[in-house]
Amino acid sequence: MSQALPATAVATVRPARRRRTSSGRRWTGWGFVGPFMVVFALVFLAPIVYSIYLSLYRQQLVGGNSFVGLANYTHAFGDPLFWEGVGRVALFLAVQVPIMLGVALLVALAVDSGRLYGRNFFRISIFMPYAVPAVVATLMWGFMYGTRFGLIANINDALGTHLPNPLSPSWVLASIGNIVTWEFVGYNMLIFYSALRTIPGTLYEAAEIDGAGQWRIVRAIKLPAIRGALVIATIFSIIGSFQLFNEPSILKSLAPNAITTNYTPNLYAYSLSFSGQQYNYSATVAIIMGVITMIVAYVVQLRGMRKEA
Amino acid sequence: MAATTATPTSAGAGTTGAGAARLRSRRTWSADRPRRSTLMTVLTALVLVYALVPLVWLLINATKTQSDLFSTFGLWFGHSFALGSNVADTLTYDHSIFLRWFANTLLYVILGAGGATLLAVLGGYGLAKFRFPGKRAVFAVIIGAVAVPGTALAVPTFLMFSKLGLTNTPWAVIIPSLISPFGLYLMWTFASEAIPTELLEAARMDGASELRTFAQICLPMLAPGIVTVLLFTMVATWNNYFLPLIMLKNPDWYPLTIGLNSWNKQAATAGGEAIFNLVITGSVLTILPLIVAFLLLQRYWQSGLAAGSVKE
Repeated sequence: MSQALPATAVATVRPARRRRTSSGRRWTGWGFVGPFMVVFALVFLAPIVYSIYLSLYRQQLVGGNSFVGLANYTHAFGDPLFWEGVGRVALFLAVQVPIMLGVALLVALAVDSGRLYGRNFFRISIFMPYAVPAVVATLMWGFMYGTRFGLIANINDALGTHLPNPLSPSWVLASIGNIVTWEFVGYNMLIFYSALRTIPGTLYEAAEIDGAGQWRIVRAIKLPAIRGALVIATIFSIIGSFQLFNEPSILKSLAPNAITTNYTPNLYAYSLSFSGQQYNYSATVAIIMGVITMIVAYVVQLRGMRKEA
Repeated sequence: MAATTATPTSAGAGTTGAGAARLRSRRTWSADRPRRSTLMTVLTALVLVYALVPLVWLLINATKTQSDLFSTFGLWFGHSFALGSNVADTLTYDHSIFLRWFANTLLYVILGAGGATLLAVLGGYGLAKFRFPGKRAVFAVIIGAVAVPGTALAVPTFLMFSKLGLTNTPWAVIIPSLISPFGLYLMWTFASEAIPTELLEAARMDGASELRTFAQICLPMLAPGIVTVLLFTMVATWNNYFLPLIMLKNPDWYPLTIGLNSWNKQAATAGGEAIFNLVITGSVLTILPLIVAFLLLQRYWQSGLAAGSVKE
């Protein structure tokens, strides 16, 4: 992430005034950034430090809190309940994210191409689900999936088909994937679209005069130009997948048999804390997930940026 | 996020741009006014249908009584049109607790999203327009923190807040909402572009204080960016589920999201009354304000997003 410092302007203007203001102004920036950083330290940095501390201790029935070194970590590395959840979100990531970003990219290209009738309507309508809370989205889709007054039941009744129950254990992950895709496809589309709008129109004219077809323009101009947006959207989707919590947690009341308490690592950490009171182990699980997320996000960023060179 | 996008553009522009200038007069169609494509419209319409059908389903089912919900086809109206009574029931059920949740949500949004926007605007402006000691460290810390899963912070934050006696109070929801790394990032790129440094120099030459320069000269120029950040932080706080879920036990402090989910769960508990019609109607009432805000303000946030991604 590059940042254009206003270096040129600072260098060119007035050597005379510099003496008077330089020492005072040097710290002025902190006056603006300071408030953010104070709250940031309170709600971001302090909890991180505190959870590292927690992960090194264990609450015992006798003797209270005792230092156990990395014992919580070794326990987590051998914990099948934890790895089951990790495997599930990894599968989710591998299937759902490419589908969602692929559809988002195609729609963004279509809207940007100017070949749609009523493209503003398309853009705003497809974005709209982003404004719907995860709770409402999940309840809504959950009802539609449901056998009681769901659309699936309606379709089965009307056509005499036997569509699989979306809330059964073997289908529920796909059903969650569909909810997440629905929520975020328009948001990602808008990010890609905003990036596409920054490409100068003269480039397309030149390409067309050189005889390039539409697909060649997409491949040679548009996709390379929005690589930054693609990488960022991928990273945020990876973070979102590893953090998967809201949808399975809410869907649990509609599909209690299909979604276990360790369905995703975050759901596991949540149940450990708030139904099991195992705060130390819960913090350990959260830290391991955080580290895994950062490593994957970092690798994606490195790969994405290297191709650019 | 959109902000990082445009950097690679210029690389390809150099080579082909010259050709365009030379041959501009020969342009016939395309670029500015491409031919409309029915096929492409139809294909994109499939995604549009996917995006809108659940919302249509929700609207239609908000007009049904509970018995119609179970007995009539999902995508068409039931035997009776009960929207009015559903809305009235939603608003009055359990001593009008829905209105209480609505007011709570408004409180969290105004203080949380408003405060987050304020901090992001100040911080983004400071990062974009000042050089100060430790600035590089600030970048590093914030960019690193964005990758930390929010839920990883939840347990320790909960424990810290419970020691401070803040859990089960509105502050437990508001304080963590005050930080929006994405908002800061958007404001920082936006301020770098929107405010010419020469203008700041001129204001300082005229003897204006830094605060006055910021409030009177820069703030109006930042307006599209501010609206964008405000909308996105509003969505984040309005839709917040995980944070209030762990922080609040008392239903009197629930926001709408937690309240709706508790209504839905009620049917599954022993002796609980099933009120799916109220869950559905309540959902409609929950999403309506945000959708209206996005539609009314679309000119601002779309230009804010677009301008945020222009970086040459």
